Amino acid sequence: MAEIVLDKVTKRYPDGARAVSEMNIEIADGEFIILVGPSGCGKSTALNMIAGLEDISGGELRIDGERANEKSPKDRDIAMVFQSYALYPHMSVRENMAFPLRLAKVDGATVDEKVEEAARILDLTQHLDRRPANLSGGQRQRVAMGRAIVRSPKAFLMDEPLSNLDAKLRGQMRTSVSKLQKQLGTTTVYVTHDQTEAMTLGDRVVVLRGGHVQQIGSPQFLYDQPANLFVAGFIGSPSMNFVPAALEDGSLKSPLGTVPLTDRVRSLVEAAGGPREVIAGIRPEHFEDVSLVDDKHRESGATFRSTVDVLESMGAEKYAYFSLEEQAAVNEELAELAADAGSADVPGSGSTIVTRLDAASAAAEGGALEVWFDPDRLQLFDPKSGRNLTFDG
Amino acid sequence: MAMQPATAGRKARWALLDIVVVVYALVPVLWIASLSLKTKDTVADGNFVPREWTLQNYRDIFATTEFIRPLFNSIGIALIATFIAVVLGMMAAYAIARLDFPGKKLLVGVSLLIAMFPQISLVTPLFNIERELGLFDTWPGLILPYITFALPLAIYTLSSFFREIPWELEKAAKMDGATPAQAFRRVIAPLAAPGVFTTAILVFILCWNDFLFAISLTSTEASRTVPAALSFFTGTSQFDDPTGTISAAAVVITIPIILFVLFFQRRIVAGLTSGAVKG
Ligand SMILES: Nc1ncnc2c1ncn2[C@@H]1O[C@H](COP(=O)(O)OP(=O)(O)O)[C@@H](O)[C@H]1O
Ligand SMILES: [Mg+2]
Repeated sequence: MAEIVLDKVTKRYPDGARAVSEMNIEIADGEFIILVGPSGCGKSTALNMIAGLEDISGGELRIDGERANEKSPKDRDIAMVFQSYALYPHMSVRENMAFPLRLAKVDGATVDEKVEEAARILDLTQHLDRRPANLSGGQRQRVAMGRAIVRSPKAFLMDEPLSNLDAKLRGQMRTSVSKLQKQLGTTTVYVTHDQTEAMTLGDRVVVLRGGHVQQIGSPQFLYDQPANLFVAGFIGSPSMNFVPAALEDGSLKSPLGTVPLTDRVRSLVEAAGGPREVIAGIRPEHFEDVSLVDDKHRESGATFRSTVDVLESMGAEKYAYFSLEEQAAVNEELAELAADAGSADVPGSGSTIVTRLDAASAAAEGGALEVWFDPDRLQLFDPKSGRNLTFDG
Repeated sequence: MAMQPATAGRKARWALLDIVVVVYALVPVLWIASLSLKTKDTVADGNFVPREWTLQNYRDIFATTEFIRPLFNSIGIALIATFIAVVLGMMAAYAIARLDFPGKKLLVGVSLLIAMFPQISLVTPLFNIERELGLFDTWPGLILPYITFALPLAIYTLSSFFREIPWELEKAAKMDGATPAQAFRRVIAPLAAPGVFTTAILVFILCWNDFLFAISLTSTEASRTVPAALSFFTGTSQFDDPTGTISAAAVVITIPIILFVLFFQRRIVAGLTSGAVKG
C-alpha cells in the first residue's frame, strides 16, 4: 500500500529528447490511476521512472512521503506487469511466480502456499508446471499478473498489459484486472493508449500529450469537461465532432447552421474571453433524428439537414455519417489525434460528422435526414491554444 | 489428399539430395579412417574397404611423444584460446547488442577487417616479433594470434545471439527484486548459454584446425600442435611411408572436436527463448 507523488518529474534522454516534462501527479493509497495518451507521449517513460528502471532527470518522486529518486527498483517494493509479459522462458509457471519470493528469501513452504493462492485467484492451478512457451496469450498474461501479486507489493505498475490480447479476451481481462485491483486494494498505475480501457478501469485518468499532462480527473469528468481539444478528441468513441465556427452577436455560425448560444455557454465563453473564430465540438450521442425528438425539446434545440453518407446499424443504435462540404477544423492537436488514429491518411475523413441515433430512426443511406442537436451541449475551443472556452471545472 | 503424393515426392527428392551431400562430405573422412586401419603393405592398394585390418598405426602414434606431446599442446592451447576469446567476445558482444556508444560501428568494422585480413601476410612479422619477445615456440605465442583471429568470429556469433535475448527480462528481474548480479545469473546467463556454447564450439574448431601459425611459430615439441606435428611424421626409417600413421593421427584429432560438439550440443536447445514475450 502506498501513496505515490510525482513532483515536477522530468525525463530527458541522453539524446536530448524530452519524454516527460514537469509531470505532477498525486496518487492516493489504493487508487487505480490510468496514464493514457497516443503512442510516444511518454507513458512508458513515466511508468519506468516510478519503477526505477529509468533515471529521473528532474523533479522528485515520493513513495509514502519518502524521496525515491535514487532507490533501486528492488528497494521500491513495486511490481510491474510488462506489455510483452516478460516471463522467464526457462522457468515453469510455478517458478516464474515464485521468483520474486525466492529473491526475497521467503521460506519454501510459504512460497508454495502463496504461489498456489495466486494461481487459484488467477485460475492457473492446472498450468503451474508448464513452461510459458506452451501457454496461450491470455494464460501468459495471467502468469505475469500472478508474478506481480504473489509478493503483495506496495504498488502495481502495468504497461499496456492487455494490448497483445485479441479484442474479446481483452474485454474479459479488463473486467478481471478491475476486480483483482478492487479485491487487493493495491495502488495501481496503469498505462494504456486505449481510451476505452482508460474510461472503464480507472478511478482517475491522466491524459498525456508529448510528455505534458493535459488533464487529470475521473473518467466522467474528462468526458464532460475536457480541458482542451486534445482531451476532447482523445476521450470518447466515436470521438467528438469538430467543426470550424464563428461567434457573431450571441450566436454561433458553423457548417451545422447558425445557432443561438444558450445562456450557460455564452457566459462561459465570455468569461474565458476567447477569439471570435473558434472550433465547435459536439459528441455523436448529442445528435438525434428530429422525428424522434418531442416537440418541447425540438423548440429549444437546433437542426441541420444533410444527406446520410454511411449508416451503420448496431442494433441498439444507429450511427449516421454526414460529410460536410466546408473545410474540416484545422488544429495541431486535432492533426496529432488524427495521425495517431491513422485517419489522417483516409481521404475526406476530416470533415465527417458522426451522429449516434436511436435505433428507431428511419435514416437511410443516401437519403436526406434532418438531425437535431442541443446547443447547450456544444463545446467551444480556441483554435490556437486548443483551450476549452466552455470549460466549467 | 491431393497434396500427399507431391509431398512424398518432395520428401524423396530432399532425402536423395541430403544423402548426396552427406556422402560427398564423408567420403574423404572415411577414406582417411580406412587408410589408418590398413597394414603397411596394403596402404597403397586403392581399396576403400581394407583387405587386412590392423590397429598397428594407432599403437605406433601413441607409442611416441611425437604425437602425444603435440596432442597435449593442441588441447591446452585451443582450450585456453577459446576460453579467453569467448570471455572477451561476450563483453564486446554485450556492448554491441545492448549499448549505444560512440564508435560502435567502427568496432564492428574493425573486427570484420581482422577477420578478412590474410593471415599469411602476418606470419613473417609475427615470427620476428615473437622471436624478439621470447614468445616464439611457446604456448602464449600461439594463443595470442588465435585469440586475435577468433575474436571477430566470437563477437559476431555472440552479438547475434545476444540481440535475440529479450532484455525486458532483465528489467522484469529487477522489478522482482533481483540485484543486477542476480538478474544476470538467474535470468540472462541461462538464456545466453546456448549462444556462448555455440560460439565456443566454433572458436575451438578454428583454433584446433589451424596449421599456418602452428607450423610457422613453433619449432619444437614445446608448443607444436597436432596439425603441425603431422607434417613432421616419418616412418621408422627415412624410406618408410608414414601414410598409415598420419591417417591414424588425423582420425584421432577429430575425436576431441566430435566430443566437444556432443558435449555442448545438449546445451544448445533451440527455441529456448520462445514464450518469453507475447508469441
Ligand atoms: N531510450 C530512449 N532514448 C531516447 N528517446 C527515447 C527512449 N525511449 C523513449 N524515447 C522517446 O521518448 C518518447 C516517449 O516514449 P515512451 O515513453 O516509450 O512512449 P509511450 O510509452 O507513451 O508510447 C518517445 O518520443 C520516444 O521516442
Ligand atoms: Mg509504451
